[in-house]
Amino acid sequence: MIRLDNVTKTYPKQNRPALRDVSLEIEKGEFVFLVGSSGSGKSTFLRLVLREERASHGQVHVLGKDLARLSNWKVPHMRRQLGTVFQDFRLLPNKTVGENVAFAQEVIGKSRGEIRKSVPQVLDLVGLGGKEDRMPGELSGGEQQRVAIARAFVNRPKLLIADEPTGNLDPQTSVGIMKLLDRINRTGTTVIMATHDQNIVDQMRKRVIELEKGRLVRDQARGVYGYQH
Amino acid sequence: MRAQFVLSEIGVGLRRNLTMTFAVIVSVALSLALFGGSLLMSDQVNTMKGYWYDKVNVSVFLCNKSDAESDPNCAKGAVTEDQKKQILADLDEMSVVQDVTYESQDEAYKHYKEQFGDSPLAASLTPDQMQESYRIKLKDPEKYQVIATAFDGRDGVQSVQDQKGILDNLFELLNLMNRAALGVMVLMLVVALLLIVNTVRVSAFSRRRETGIMRLVGASGFYIQAPFIMEAAVAGLIGGGLACVFLVVGRYFTIDHGMALSDKLTLINFVGWDAVLTKLPLILAASVLMPALAAFFALRKYLKV
Repeated sequence: MIRLDNVTKTYPKQNRPALRDVSLEIEKGEFVFLVGSSGSGKSTFLRLVLREERASHGQVHVLGKDLARLSNWKVPHMRRQLGTVFQDFRLLPNKTVGENVAFAQEVIGKSRGEIRKSVPQVLDLVGLGGKEDRMPGELSGGEQQRVAIARAFVNRPKLLIADEPTGNLDPQTSVGIMKLLDRINRTGTTVIMATHDQNIVDQMRKRVIELEKGRLVRDQARGVYGYQH
Repeated sequence: MRAQFVLSEIGVGLRRNLTMTFAVIVSVALSLALFGGSLLMSDQVNTMKGYWYDKVNVSVFLCNKSDAESDPNCAKGAVTEDQKKQILADLDEMSVVQDVTYESQDEAYKHYKEQFGDSPLAASLTPDQMQESYRIKLKDPEKYQVIATAFDGRDGVQSVQDQKGILDNLFELLNLMNRAALGVMVLMLVVALLLIVNTVRVSAFSRRRETGIMRLVGASGFYIQAPFIMEAAVAGLIGGGLACVFLVVGRYFTIDHGMALSDKLTLINFVGWDAVLTKLPLILAASVLMPALAAFFALRKYLKV
């Protein structure tokens, strides 16, 4: 699914690399936590997988493709097989919940019939059935994040990338979001989640990858958050 | 790609930047109206050239008795019959000459009376004071110099005059005006294009949230850029339409009505409606393509994948 071979990423005009010689492999259907303090390279890792950045050295393979050799115009096509969720939800405030989810399908040219069918379906899945016509501003943070997950999942991606999806939510709401991500993972979608939330990681007992100052310091199956935080 | 989705995005974009859109429309309209106007102007000059060059002659004026006293070119006296015959024979031999007609003093007097009959000067004139002349029609009006070198300064010839020279001054002036209009047009066009580039950038910036999300869900670069490019093209097209209206109304009021130049200047053959109408598709095409290209290049840096 994802393979990194000796990947180093140095941003222009910076001496210290954001990622340093990282090698790892994530299999299809896995649920992986990415942990580490701020500046440890978590975001850079996700940006490399999304092909928002290219590695300075080493190879990044996503869905069997070498991203260094993927030409620019093919990148959108690759991203359609990935879903992304962020801490700040990134919903369009002037569109309804249904329109926000439909947006992900409109921009890749799905037919209106398909959209009309799949949007209520995926909203049901995330527990927001019947809230299609609400505006994002009327919803709670947890509900907004569910809308974002629905949008990420509506095109049935093979890989879901979540960058601190519970960062803005209270613990109880976070548990709900994690249950939802777990459910999505059980449908066969690979989930990578960057997080600072110790409780969640400790409860879920999934694979944990820890980065520190750009280095891979721990890769543990059924791991916990860590000893120092 | 769904047309309705793209169209609604365009509408939103244009309304969001109403003042900028307006500036783009006006500058595109003005620059393209000038562009069309100068195209029409050069058409006008060409039709006038065709019309007048057909009618102009090179005239070889011969010395008469009064010239013999006053004009140094005619110091050897008025022209003789032998000299006239020789000139005619020489003209007939020249390959550039298409046709030669002789105008006697009486004919010259008559023509003068016809043209300037009202003036007090004409009343005091007698046929004796007029000059005999050969009116030469050239195969190529540009070859005037050949006649001038052959006959200027010859005995009995007072002067060689090229009517084309007089017209050329006029055409020169018209061309100069035309070039000035083109220069203004180029400046306006630069302003219009810079405005478009800026408008598109502002538009892209104000919608970076949407475009960011579009990128994340895998919209292609073209899909993301299309609304912005179409926005510029639509604004340009409105400007182009206005430019067309300017041209049509402009012709109507300067030539047909209003200033009604076609009534006042009956000697000039004005460009027809067909000349105006053939320019319109050109203007419309330019009004769509230029802004679209400008937008495309403006976005290339801004919306990378």
